Amino acid sequence: MSGAVLASDHIVIVGAGQAGVMTAESLRSGGYAGAISLLGDEPHGPYHRPPLSKAWLAGEITEAQLVMRAPEMLAKKNITLRTGVSVAAIDRAAQSVQLTNGETLHYTGLVLATGSTPRSLPLPGMDAVNVLPLRSRDDASRIAEALSHCTQQSLPVVVIGGGFIGLEVAATARKKGLAVIVLEAAPRLLGRVLAPVLSDWYAALHRGHGVSVVLDARIAAVETANGLAVAIQMADGTSLPCGLVVLGVGVGANDALAREAGLATDRGIVVDACGRTADPLIVAAGDCTARRLDDGSLLRLESVQNATEQAKSAAAALLGQDRPFVATPWFWSDQYDKKLQMAGLSGGADAWAVRGDMAGASFSVYHYRAGQLIAVDSVNAAKDHLQARKLLDARVSPTPGQAADVAFDLNSLLTAA
Amino acid sequence: MANITFVEANGTSATLSVPDGWSLMQAATANGVDGILGECGGSCACATCHCYVDDLLMAVLAPPEAGELDMLANVAAERKHNSRLSCQIKASAAMEGGTVHLPETQE
Repeated sequence: MSGAVLASDHIVIVGAGQAGVMTAESLRSGGYAGAISLLGDEPHGPYHRPPLSKAWLAGEITEAQLVMRAPEMLAKKNITLRTGVSVAAIDRAAQSVQLTNGETLHYTGLVLATGSTPRSLPLPGMDAVNVLPLRSRDDASRIAEALSHCTQQSLPVVVIGGGFIGLEVAATARKKGLAVIVLEAAPRLLGRVLAPVLSDWYAALHRGHGVSVVLDARIAAVETANGLAVAIQMADGTSLPCGLVVLGVGVGANDALAREAGLATDRGIVVDACGRTADPLIVAAGDCTARRLDDGSLLRLESVQNATEQAKSAAAALLGQDRPFVATPWFWSDQYDKKLQMAGLSGGADAWAVRGDMAGASFSVYHYRAGQLIAVDSVNAAKDHLQARKLLDARVSPTPGQAADVAFDLNSLLTAA
Repeated sequence: MANITFVEANGTSATLSVPDGWSLMQAATANGVDGILGECGGSCACATCHCYVDDLLMAVLAPPEAGELDMLANVAAERKHNSRLSCQIKASAAMEGGTVHLPETQE
């Protein structure tokens, strides 16, 4: 495909978020000169999602500053952006996608960058108009409006789910002076991603900022009046009045199109390290994927880095090249004046070492499994974070003693390796 | 607002009118300057918006804060005395006519 351009060459990218845009640009920088259609189902052109729960919701940046690529810049690269269009089905035999508006697009390569959809909860009252997830710009606009309503009426905000999105919204709402209650079903915050010691630290951080953090929370129902959520009914009979309920209970991969087209899915579109599906003309990237690892297990990541790296892999795969995503995964979260940066995957850790002072301005937690460093979580310690990515990329494992010793230069292990 | 010129490693240059309060990264990525990635959307979390600022900008910009300095210590390309993260540089009239040069690689 990287050879002569055929008039019929047409790569269709379903999804105009981080993964879709990066795939389109990587195709161009990889030398692909054929047509590219970038299809987004939202009314907006590509925008940055990370600020939605933070700087944008806090009113620190404008909508224009969310723009990832101005549409005319995509046009300059001969990338045809179409917003407000959804794909209804893929016909692999005919190499075409059918849009919900009835149109059919033929493809010579297809990229699924369909993202994910926020989960809901099977509770009464969840359909109230002020029970809101945060995924899209429009979601964020609705939450911003509801926050203003809460300010005017002096009503508290209830956040269901003590994950990153929920806690970032909680921090932003506190900055605006609102009363905030976080309800987490698990015994600790961020339980899927953080070590217990950091979960406790984050609970203390939020409580210190005046958030009411309820762990092991059991919700019975959302009480509504005239279609509006007015209180959360807890299983123990207590009632928590509120003006807004923010739902941050995770996302599900948008893998239905792939599944209905006969491609393998398992809580995500199954891809290899290079973003390929079983169909040589179809690749996938970003939140919608479940990546098959060497040991056969499937890894789902929801992050900017994952979208970007898989996009580059997927573009290369369509151009006939292997570019596996092997870099150490990394993530970040901004809450109050604390920047958490995570490198590696800490699941299954059995030992931890702390570098720096957890009561002080900055520190990092080093996660170990069977004596090997597997992940590092840094709070306001960007230097530790970037160094950790290098250590993990190189599979260099400092001893827990070295990690905990701030006088020990961990970089010396890299130069030695 | 300030007119800022972005010069990519291959010599391609573009002059953009950057509104007050916008970061140079936001203006560059939105307007198709390829030498800046800005993967984290401006959170000072990824170090993929590294740039070298000219003497005019050096003179008017406040020095980097601790978080930016930490990230600069680990940028992919060579770190120089005038290295900055463009997501942390907010446009103002004093920066009119400034130029930033972009490194060959951001990752």
